[in-house]
Amino acid sequence: MDLSHTIMFSYAWLLIAIPLAGATILLLLGSAAKKWGHWLGTAVALASFVYGACLFAEMFLAPAEQRATDVPVYTLIDVGTWHVTFGLLIDQLSVLFILLITGVGSLIHIYSIGYMAHDERRSRFFGYLNLFIAAMLLLVTADSYLLMFFGWEGVGLASYLLISFWQERPAAAAAGKKAFVMNRIGDLGVILAMSLLFTTVGSVQYSEVFAAANRIPVATATLIGFFLLLGACGKSAQVPLQAWLLDAMEGPTPVSALIHAATMVTAGVYVITRSGAIFDHAPAAATGVVIVGTVTMLAGAWIGTSKDDIKKALAGSTMSQIGYMMMAAGIGGPAYAYAIFHLLTHGFFKANMFLGAGSVMHGMDDDVNMRRMGGLAKFMRITTVTFAMGYLAIIGFPLFSGFFSKDHIIVAAFGYNPVIGICAMIGALITAYYMTRMMLLTFYGKRRWVEPQEANPNRLPVRHPHESPLTMTIPLIVLALFSIGAGLLMNHWIGQWLHPVTDPAHPHEVTFGEGLIEAFTNPLAWITLVLVAIGIGLGWLVFGRNRDIPLEAPRPNLAEQIGRNDLYGDAINNAAVVHPFLAGTEGVAKADEGIIDGVAVGSAGVIGGLSTQLKRAQTGYVRSYAVTMTAGVIVVGLVLILGQLA
Amino acid sequence: MSFPLLTVLAVLPLFGAAVLLIVPKPMARQVGLVFALATLVLGVVTALLATVGGRDFSETLVWIKTFGAHWALGPVDGLALVMVLATVILVPFLLIAEWNTVDLDDKWSARIYFALVLVTESLALFAFLANDLLLFYVFFEATLIPMYFLIGGFGGKRRGYAAIKFLLFGLGGGLIMLAAVVGAGAMSARQGTLSLLYSDLRLVDFNNGFGMAIFVCFLIAFALKNPMVPFHTWLPDAAEEGTPGSSALLVGVLDKLGTFGMIRVCLELFPDASRQAGQIMVLLGLISMIWGAMAAIAQKNLMRMIAFTSVSHFGFIVIGIFSFTTVSLSGAMFYMFGHAFSTAILFLAAGFLVRRRGTAEIAAYGGVQKVAPMLAAVFLIGGLSSLALPGFSSFVAEFMVIAGSFARHPILAGISSIGVVLSAMYILGTYQKVFTGPVTDQVVNTFGADTRRDLSWRERIAVGPLIALLLFFGFFPQPLLAPIADTAATTMHQVGLADPTPTLKGNN
Amino acid sequence: MSPENYLILSAILFSIGIFGVMVRRNALVAFMSIELMLNASNLALVTFSNMHAGNSGFVLDGQIFAFFVMVVAAAEVVVGLAIIVSIFRTRRSASVDDASLLKF
Repeated sequence: MDLSHTIMFSYAWLLIAIPLAGATILLLLGSAAKKWGHWLGTAVALASFVYGACLFAEMFLAPAEQRATDVPVYTLIDVGTWHVTFGLLIDQLSVLFILLITGVGSLIHIYSIGYMAHDERRSRFFGYLNLFIAAMLLLVTADSYLLMFFGWEGVGLASYLLISFWQERPAAAAAGKKAFVMNRIGDLGVILAMSLLFTTVGSVQYSEVFAAANRIPVATATLIGFFLLLGACGKSAQVPLQAWLLDAMEGPTPVSALIHAATMVTAGVYVITRSGAIFDHAPAAATGVVIVGTVTMLAGAWIGTSKDDIKKALAGSTMSQIGYMMMAAGIGGPAYAYAIFHLLTHGFFKANMFLGAGSVMHGMDDDVNMRRMGGLAKFMRITTVTFAMGYLAIIGFPLFSGFFSKDHIIVAAFGYNPVIGICAMIGALITAYYMTRMMLLTFYGKRRWVEPQEANPNRLPVRHPHESPLTMTIPLIVLALFSIGAGLLMNHWIGQWLHPVTDPAHPHEVTFGEGLIEAFTNPLAWITLVLVAIGIGLGWLVFGRNRDIPLEAPRPNLAEQIGRNDLYGDAINNAAVVHPFLAGTEGVAKADEGIIDGVAVGSAGVIGGLSTQLKRAQTGYVRSYAVTMTAGVIVVGLVLILGQLA
Repeated sequence: MSFPLLTVLAVLPLFGAAVLLIVPKPMARQVGLVFALATLVLGVVTALLATVGGRDFSETLVWIKTFGAHWALGPVDGLALVMVLATVILVPFLLIAEWNTVDLDDKWSARIYFALVLVTESLALFAFLANDLLLFYVFFEATLIPMYFLIGGFGGKRRGYAAIKFLLFGLGGGLIMLAAVVGAGAMSARQGTLSLLYSDLRLVDFNNGFGMAIFVCFLIAFALKNPMVPFHTWLPDAAEEGTPGSSALLVGVLDKLGTFGMIRVCLELFPDASRQAGQIMVLLGLISMIWGAMAAIAQKNLMRMIAFTSVSHFGFIVIGIFSFTTVSLSGAMFYMFGHAFSTAILFLAAGFLVRRRGTAEIAAYGGVQKVAPMLAAVFLIGGLSSLALPGFSSFVAEFMVIAGSFARHPILAGISSIGVVLSAMYILGTYQKVFTGPVTDQVVNTFGADTRRDLSWRERIAVGPLIALLLFFGFFPQPLLAPIADTAATTMHQVGLADPTPTLKGNN
Repeated sequence: MSPENYLILSAILFSIGIFGVMVRRNALVAFMSIELMLNASNLALVTFSNMHAGNSGFVLDGQIFAFFVMVVAAAEVVVGLAIIVSIFRTRRSASVDDASLLKF
């Protein structure tokens, strides 16, 4: 018994169809929709959000065992041993994602009205955003891996289109391609995982796979787990497929906020949480997830400490925070819920900060270099305050949303393995350091720019910072409120809510961790808070106290040098894979033309040459032809006679 | 005997070509298009009647008694259905796209071009519908003639070279195939009555050395047609020199005769030999796939790049055919359908580019997106379909091939999934070089500074419906997959292999 | 008389014809040699026909075949002589070695 008989749920496909229709209209009309395209795009996103909210309300009011609802729509493939339906699974997990995607998505649509106001292709931008919303909703509501893959690739496409939205910039075009190709390496993992599922379980429907998960041989399950992890690494920018995310910041800032912070990059976490049944059965793969998460968490934080580009520093931070989520998803059990919890709070505060960064860029002539900022707090009050809320949330300031969600993960990590736990704590310290650095460099300290009317003896950049329009600040305010309150709001509730999904075997035992009081009684929480304070202090020591920040970065120390170069991710990829591979393609092309075609053309040449030689026998003298003919007749005659005799 | 609908369907474009030579020149193109559209309607009606209506249109008449040859067309099974549909749908749009084609020296008019395309369509339809080995052979070979003139008459500067190369490879394959047809006839005669009907040949026991030799001959002939590495080098030349429409027709329809033959002739008539050759053919398909993709990445000419992507895709189709699962075989057939359109879109879009800029060298472009956004979108969509993005029919097909063959050859199928990454590289790499970045001066000089020289309405009509078709079957593949799956199941039955059962289901 | 004698005569005539074609340069003589060969084969055909009939009577096959050969030969003479005459008119020579343009 579930909710599929209700009207809202039986038409749940509208949730995806609405933004898809919006995207289709906007992209087909092109510049004809210039005047009203952004309104249509926003309305469509809001409509989807309202629909999602209704679904959530209906589910919220229903008894727990009726909440998970599978809505079959039509038969996608029915061939041989395969039966794949196009069906939507709307359960406690996916409905949270629906709210996050459409909610934050709508806010970012509204924000983009202002942010993209001067772009002549704004309606196309909204078309792409709508396409993204539709694909992302399909990703999280699909009831089979195959259908999920439709959304998975759809968001990849939207991400590609939006990263390289300003196509005339070579860097943006290259970044889009890089993101897509690296994601495809991950997709290969998902395809192989699905292939394995088809050959072992015979289906990729979640219900059938998870029901059979316990009977999959452990070796196979481990392989499936690692393949899924590969996919998650690609989509969620985890080591070793992390290199595309920093380049993806070439896209417009709302895109970075929506796709490369709040929603799409967390799809890997979603898939691993969703596939919990498989990972529970394959501890080695789960350990792999934890290790990948931990490494990325530290690597991202490291990158975050040394970037001067505000968006790239935030991107490093995103990698790092997703590392936390992956870590939790790998630990499993109750930590699945922590992963989703952190995913949601991160969705709010990171989107908030990215949009804040966009607001800063808006006021600073699209400059992203924090060394040319400073002292902006006086000029952009709303942006500063909202950004500060995000800041407090991400460093885990008590009672802010990140405090609860990150704390759970750190405690769970200690329970899993002390080394991982210590890494998680160090991550919290570094997070506090680089976020403090970002706050100080951008909003406080000395101004490292001048207003147009001021004297400019030091040849500082000329800027005229101003607060952004209401369409941009209202989303900031809403997101800031969620950055503050989401943790407190969900802390007691989310574990129970998600329990039927994360631990379907024991639907009635709720083992979700600490409440508000326990968060302050656990010594680990106190240690974490101390470390965070140390991180803030370090940031203050280095960048605070009205220090002089040079416009050009001074000669960096080794750690900084490595961080600035993204831990040499690109260099390693290029040296180990890209360059040898491209040389290989050149070799193949040459061999194709030289050897294979050479043999074909050469054999034609040989035959041609032979015939040139043979044609010399054609002398034109009739009598020599006659002699040849006679000789031939004699030979044939002799053969015949000898044949008779033999 | 009932109304010979299939003969009428296949003769209609031929008749149209004949009419074209009579009507006055200015009207020729319109008349040609009318015939192509009429064939489209008739083809779709036939397909609907054959699948939904369940009607059997097969015709069988004795043709050359001493050879055991018959004029036998039909039945329209899943395989014939997709190829007939692909052919009849593709041709009118190619004609629309090539509306203003004339040859370089202005000797041959669009009238000849339209007539040749219609003749090709007719011959291809006969080959796809044939139910007799000799009949299939005759039309398989006959398609070379109009195609030779299409390349040699209307192509680029080195079209003579390309046309001769195409013809020689085609004739070479045809010769080998003729020997195989004669051999098959001889074996059939030795084991009873001489008949080249497929249904009779299926009863012949080819399970000996001679039968294996015949099988190999067929395989080589089809590999030349496909084309598979290392017999593929005629294709890039033909694609580079031919007009975009001819190239689309060549790769989209005629080359499919190779993979079509592999299923219809190799698998269905030589089940034992096919089983033995299965693993090797999957390996060869894999090599073709990777080789074609890597060569495509390094190409410097748009048309050659697209040709190599097709070599790669044909590799996938071969993997699907010789993996012997219902799913992979259905995937291969579905791939043949979708590939016709995605390649056609790519070729036509590249053709639109070349017509404006005057060269197919990738390095001559840059930033075209700015001055021709619609053209860029069409190329990107064709490319996305080519790289098998979910939502396009090619994804369903490619995934069915990979995951279907995985059950039989996990390692090889696993390696084949690398194609997913390679295809993204060659499509997006090309898109990046041609369409993105700052607009170069040469592009401004030829396209103009604004979007006035973006796609015309005629060009949009030529590609729009094809895109819609790909998207439709990307989300709703089942209407076509159902008849395909039936045929695949029958073929699997003939090959004598059962689908590998999922390990867990087996234990239950 | 034994039919073998006819055959021997036919062989001699044929050999003379071959020899003539190979040795003589004059186109007319070579032409006559060809006619000689044709007639030698006619003789052989008629002889074989006669031998084939044996004692059973009279068989016309070979004779009719010989007529065919004669008709073909006559047609050939018409064409051939015309060619030779026109070559002679343009080149003032009937030597076959002078007309060697049909080569590579």
